[in-house]
Amino acid sequence: MITASLMNRASAGDVELAGFVQAHAVARMSNVDCPAGTECAVPFNEQRLQLKAEGGNEAGSLSFLGKIDLIHDSVLDERVGEVRELYADYNSDNFRLRSGRQIITWGLGDLLFINDIFPKDWVAFYSGQPLQYLKRGSDALNLDLYLGTTTLEIVLSRFRGDRLPDSRQFVMGSPFSPLLPYHIDEPTGAELALRLSGNLASWDAAVYASHGYYRAPALTATATEVYGFYPRLNTLGATLSGAFANGVLNLELGYYDSVNDRGGDIPAIENSQARFLVGYSRQLGQETQLGVQAYAEWLQDYHAYERSLPAGFALRDEVRTVATIRFTQRYFYQTLTFNLFAFVGLSEGDSYVVPSVRYAFNDNLWAELGANLFGGSRHGMLGAMGDNGNVYLTVRYAF
Amino acid sequence: MSLPTWRIPGPVLALITLAWVSGAATAAVPDAQTIVANSLQAFYYAGEDMRARISMRLINAQGKERRREMILLRKNIGKSGEQRYYIYFRAPPDIKGTTFMVWKYLHKEDDRWIFIPAIKLVRRIAADDKRSSFIGSDFTYEDISGRAVDDETHTLLRTEELAGRAVYVIESRPKTRADYTRRLSWIDQQRGLPLKEEYFDARDEKVRVFTADRIEQVDGYWTVTSRTMKNLQTGHRTQVRFDDIKYDLGLKKNLFTERYLRTPPRKWLR
Repeated sequence: MITASLMNRASAGDVELAGFVQAHAVARMSNVDCPAGTECAVPFNEQRLQLKAEGGNEAGSLSFLGKIDLIHDSVLDERVGEVRELYADYNSDNFRLRSGRQIITWGLGDLLFINDIFPKDWVAFYSGQPLQYLKRGSDALNLDLYLGTTTLEIVLSRFRGDRLPDSRQFVMGSPFSPLLPYHIDEPTGAELALRLSGNLASWDAAVYASHGYYRAPALTATATEVYGFYPRLNTLGATLSGAFANGVLNLELGYYDSVNDRGGDIPAIENSQARFLVGYSRQLGQETQLGVQAYAEWLQDYHAYERSLPAGFALRDEVRTVATIRFTQRYFYQTLTFNLFAFVGLSEGDSYVVPSVRYAFNDNLWAELGANLFGGSRHGMLGAMGDNGNVYLTVRYAF
Repeated sequence: MSLPTWRIPGPVLALITLAWVSGAATAAVPDAQTIVANSLQAFYYAGEDMRARISMRLINAQGKERRREMILLRKNIGKSGEQRYYIYFRAPPDIKGTTFMVWKYLHKEDDRWIFIPAIKLVRRIAADDKRSSFIGSDFTYEDISGRAVDDETHTLLRTEELAGRAVYVIESRPKTRADYTRRLSWIDQQRGLPLKEEYFDARDEKVRVFTADRIEQVDGYWTVTSRTMKNLQTGHRTQVRFDDIKYDLGLKKNLFTERYLRTPPRKWLR
């Protein structure tokens, strides 16, 4: 007994350390008259150290992971520490309980989200940070119940909003006076999300439900301030993924129930929506991959929305449609990767194209040069970012 | 309730096969199709399941080296040639923790999934690329998980000796278009393992050469524990070593599911 527990203690010391250092800089492409207070020519320039520790006991019943980023932001002249993930797992035969800050990714869309209702960092995304930084951790209790061949995932979390582009680094039109201070209330209630997944014949199937909040605030101006709060949101959805015509077919749908605006006549709050996605990806050649997606957002209560929209606001389409294409080509034993991702706003007449080239110098060091290019109608969701087109360079050394 | 089915345990089957093959060798040489079928069995299906630690050295023409380290779990499903593979990457640091799962079928496209730990993402990936490079090495996906015997037509060219072993020399031609037009294999007559393979392109030039550099008996199964694939056109080569090999561990079928893709089974990965 004593020997066994001593051995357990010895093996509990099994902690692996890793991490990386990364430099990331972004230059604005177009000649834009940036408003005062907005970083214009070089909106982003940061150096980052990520430290990761993970470990667990030999039996595999207990484990943990911690990832902490230390960031030096040369543009905003800030030093920030950020806990990316910090959680402990308890594994048993029939369940896994993960508690702490954790990244959760649900759904099938490639950069189009329906059932992935977890917090995101759009600042990182539009500034060309590596994709992992699009996701923010949730502070959550996450219970996976293994029920035969199906898994029920229950996530109970504290609210965390999206990180949205702000006027310090982005040039964006705002309907509000820049002189007004912002006052935004965060929800204090817990959020609940459920996912039941399994196989239907040879297809991966899942259904989803959530009870929580929108991750962007609804804003209204008063005489003295811009007031914001995060409206309630319930969602329901489903996904299906399987082999089809020598490729992979993904189907996803969801319903967004805007609880605080079920009538659709409060302009500051999103209307309820139905969302649909069809995606297909396949290999074109030995090192060539192509993925295409078609996506639609259908505003419910459109007439109420039309009637209640204040003067001066651009009217959205009842059905917003977007197509995406991803093309990846690798060379020289996969050390050089060319990637092109393009969103095409079919209904709004705008576009967002992200070309990138990455070269792995060796197993530890890679560099990526890329761009975020916005085009088309400035009234579209993507075109509205038109003054923020950029080129970026990321260099990472992993250890 | 299902009726009991008679199953011949793998080692017994291997013994029968060996006895039959060696017996046949003295009497009449087996046909090429049978030799290749036995070779695929010995090389890709040994045991009911297996675990190994795999180290790959990817070396370019200038001698610059990259490394890949992974744990492989493999299980045979039934007798139809279906298999499940689970791979956990340990190195390099940027892909450490990535897991990869293949449900291999002989007569339809495989199902494949990858888990990317940095964003906790499970994604099904297109599997129409059996001939593309496995993680930037000189081995293709098909070289790792095998092919069906009737994907190619086989001809026995001759028998000879290679490194002191009696071998069959087989020529195989793919039935559908592939990146090679023919393949020569030197197959150990007694053990069934391929000792050498040469792949030829459309101009009948030798493109890739596989060599089994070390063969050991592990848990009663002859196993290629060290192997090299060399690309003669680019000068790039990949050396692979299998360590800590164990067969017939009793790996459960449910180990090869999304659950373990997301939560790697530590017990099998150290």
